[in-house]
Amino acid sequence: MAVYAGPVQDLIDELGKLPGIGPKSAQRIAFHLLKLSRDDALRLSRAIVEVKDRVAFCARCFNIAEGAECAICLDTRRNPSVLCVVEESRDIVAVEKTGQFSGRYHVLQGALNPIEGIGPDQLRISELLARLEPEGVQEVILCTNPNLEGETTAMYLSRLLKPLGLKVTRIASGLPVGGDLEYADELTLGRALEGRREVDLD
Amino acid sequence: MALYRDEGIVLRTWRLGEADRIVVIMTRGRGKVRAVAKGVRKTKSKFGARLEPTSHVALQFYEGRELDIVTQAETIDHFRSIRDDLDRLAKATAMFEAVDHVAPDREANAKLFAMLLGALRALAAADSPLVVPAFFLKVLALEGYRPVLDECVLCGTATDLVAFDADTGGTLCRSCRRGGPISAEALGLLRRILGGQLGAALNEPPSAATHEVDQLATRALEHHLERRLRSVHII
Repeated sequence: MAVYAGPVQDLIDELGKLPGIGPKSAQRIAFHLLKLSRDDALRLSRAIVEVKDRVAFCARCFNIAEGAECAICLDTRRNPSVLCVVEESRDIVAVEKTGQFSGRYHVLQGALNPIEGIGPDQLRISELLARLEPEGVQEVILCTNPNLEGETTAMYLSRLLKPLGLKVTRIASGLPVGGDLEYADELTLGRALEGRREVDLD
Repeated sequence: MALYRDEGIVLRTWRLGEADRIVVIMTRGRGKVRAVAKGVRKTKSKFGARLEPTSHVALQFYEGRELDIVTQAETIDHFRSIRDDLDRLAKATAMFEAVDHVAPDREANAKLFAMLLGALRALAAADSPLVVPAFFLKVLALEGYRPVLDECVLCGTATDLVAFDADTGGTLCRSCRRGGPISAEALGLLRRILGGQLGAALNEPPSAATHEVDQLATRALEHHLERRLRSVHII
């Protein structure tokens, strides 16, 4: 339904394709952009062009990268023998924030979801297998989400990786710090009990 | 618009917005319900793993126009032995996909719910090769498409049944044959599954015949649904 003049309607249509932006929000943003000074508008358009031109996926780990390989893959201080497998680039940020991991990553760009028709071929699994030997990886940490899709993926990968003689680990499931036991669900609490640790006094 | 309670099995989930999910649940009293679970993707969500597929849960919903909202959830059984085993999980997923396609929204079907719960319990107890095909065949029977197994669908002869065709609806004799061939062992298993000896059939070890029954049941259900079951073919 084109109500506005050509260029304005085009802008509204384009904005409406963004995630979480409905027709009304698209209209509101379009009119905000119309009011913007030319410099501000150009800065926005340049930022979009820039990100499309300069940022791509890392050829090794499929993280987002400026150039052929991402900063983590290029960093020689990283421990090459430990590889952390995650679903999305955003998950790398989450793991990096913990400051507990110094190895490299591999981004699958999704998770197995049989009911949606997403199988192993749609993920970066063959690329993962190809990396292990040349990079001298000794441990693979399966760091996919603790939900059905993530767990299916982790189980599938462990089946592929275990016969290769690698150490394959899965991130632990447990209770969020600051939470209440009373509200923990049985599956999580059960796994937390299973993964309990002996108390060290020093 | 009011609150209501029911119990159900979580079939699948969709991501919604920043931290929510749409949860598709087969309930005992109201059939298939789609409901929003707010904030489930946050680590500190009160729902935790309760609204993950395979969970059998007691729920409280707030009734909405399109989608209901899950307000409380309490686990009845989380079927951990299914969740922790890739093969069983793949089987459960195939059954969930079938139920999702068969059951219309908000149309009570206590029988289908009971069948799904029974199949999950059987699968949790033992990874039998016939759980999924038996479930598919029972679903077909419940839908009114019980395959004919005792005679030829076309001419009615009771002997020399050598073929099975989902389109004509059952077994066929040598002279009328169409569809695919069926072995005597597989036909025997089909008769036991639909003839009240399901429990015994589930103890059957994997064999060429169970594999044949599996393929055949999948094809029959896919034919009825007029679509492919994606989860059967993926892992």
